[in-house]
Amino acid sequence: MSKINRAIYELQSIDATAKQNRWMNQIHPLVKLILTIYYIVLTVSFHKYDVEGLLGMCIYPMVVFIIGDLKWKDALYRLRIVLPLVCIVGIFNPFFDHRVVATFGSVQVWGGVCSMITLMLKGILTVFASYILIATTSIEGICYAFRLLHVPKIMVTQFLLIYRYITLLLTETKRITQAYALRAPGQKGIHYKVWGSLVGQLLLRSMDRADDVYESMCLRGFNGEFPFGKPKKSAGGDVAYFIFWVIVLFVIRTYPVFRLVGGLFV
Amino acid sequence: MHMADALIVPAVAGTMYVASTVAAGVSVREVKLENETKKIPVMGVMGAFVFAAQMINFTIPGTGSSGHLCGGMMLSALLGPYAGFLTMIGVLLVQCLFFADGGLLALGCNVWNMAFYGCFIGALLIWRPIMKKGVSKGKIILASMLGCVLTLQLGAFSVCLETFFSGVTELPFSVFLMTMQPIHLAIGAVEGLITSAVLVFVHEARPEMLWGVGETEEGKFSFKNTLVILGVLTALVGGILSLFASAFPDGLEWSIERITGSTELESAGGIYDVFASIQEKTAFLPDYALKGSESAVGTTISGIVGAVIVLLLCVAVSYVFKFFRNQNKETVKGNE
Repeated sequence: MSKINRAIYELQSIDATAKQNRWMNQIHPLVKLILTIYYIVLTVSFHKYDVEGLLGMCIYPMVVFIIGDLKWKDALYRLRIVLPLVCIVGIFNPFFDHRVVATFGSVQVWGGVCSMITLMLKGILTVFASYILIATTSIEGICYAFRLLHVPKIMVTQFLLIYRYITLLLTETKRITQAYALRAPGQKGIHYKVWGSLVGQLLLRSMDRADDVYESMCLRGFNGEFPFGKPKKSAGGDVAYFIFWVIVLFVIRTYPVFRLVGGLFV
Repeated sequence: MHMADALIVPAVAGTMYVASTVAAGVSVREVKLENETKKIPVMGVMGAFVFAAQMINFTIPGTGSSGHLCGGMMLSALLGPYAGFLTMIGVLLVQCLFFADGGLLALGCNVWNMAFYGCFIGALLIWRPIMKKGVSKGKIILASMLGCVLTLQLGAFSVCLETFFSGVTELPFSVFLMTMQPIHLAIGAVEGLITSAVLVFVHEARPEMLWGVGETEEGKFSFKNTLVILGVLTALVGGILSLFASAFPDGLEWSIERITGSTELESAGGIYDVFASIQEKTAFLPDYALKGSESAVGTTISGIVGAVIVLLLCVAVSYVFKFFRNQNKETVKGNE
């Protein structure tokens, strides 16, 4: 599948998942947005050697993926961009940090190894947290939550419009590149002589489309402000869900839960 | 260049969010002042265009590899810095939420590294002054190349600083910096070429679409103001960042040390002694420190002084160059 096709598929797939009628999707978007940010902040705040603490943070995505009927495969696929980057940054840690931070029998564990593992864990967990938000919340819901957080209307409108027109312009780009590929078989990428005209044509068409969009919006009463659909008011269940995770994550962040549980058996 | 959430700590993320929020606040105010309702859908469609254009692979001549567009500089050349900045925030948010490219917590960093430099430095300090007295193909290429290379270098430098202050990597700052900057120099050059090709096409097809062309407003961002801002930036970089200057030998000194066993070459006699005595009298900051002092303040002062001297030297050389060029032009005119 080409890069453009994959991007279109990914957008449509997330959109369809977010619009499903599951209980996770019914939770108030603001609750999910704040919880996601709270989780990410707590996760990245762990010390670079604290592998044990970070393992405790795995509880949130594991539970939510199961109860929310989310697909692990889709979430793992999203790691393809972040994980290599995090690996490149973290892979050098074992070479520079030889401080012994743990000992298992005769095996000594270097600080560099621990910090590399925590870096990767943080990368994986934060991507999973964002996926949970986006796979269970529609774009309109996210925009509504942004407005409740007083993000300026113009920025929220931009976000919504960009999202709406991405599929359209991706399809147009696919058509243009496909037409070019048919006329230049076996060529990798676009030849430098047509860089300007090819992208320029796409740009001019996009501008013309923007004019059409503006006229259509004016005909429908657009006056610079975009109405964002109001989802249902937050119910008691949403508040309970929020409070539950805030407390659980706080406890995991503050106390060595795994060690305490292990101490009961060992 | 997208930063991931895992690469930063909350303190750095918070700081960058504050900085980006201030820039976004200013942009929202400016766009509102323009009061053009038409601009809102145009910004939306242009954001989607940048996203779509990023999917196209461009063959880099002679390398067998391909590059792609980032779009900050192009957006600001078409929409202006403020609308371009807000549009880039939208693009980065979509990339972060829907494609896991970047992160929610790292959004403040990414906005600063990619949108702020591309739109504000690129548009206000490079594009606008160059285009002030009219547009030409050469000027578009110059502004695009300069803008893309410089803003990507600044962005890559910010990534290094943010990672360094987050303390997530054991890689020494200088090594990380030396890895990031050259890579982004090449990326910036490719992006500059693509951006200039597109903008030249737009200039030929619909020149009215280009922003900031032929604006003769004095005082806002004249050449003098640009020089002052660049001077302040240079002083800041020289003054603050010189505190982090490594005490280890630089690349050349290291090579010499490997060959001779010392970081400096020992020379004596004749002409060497004459120039050494002149240098001794003129160098008020020997080895980048105050005479008889090894304090960090000395390093900072020497950083600022050094930056000012280099800046003045560059300005002087530019004026000399301009003088001779004008002389040459007059001679040619006289001959005609």
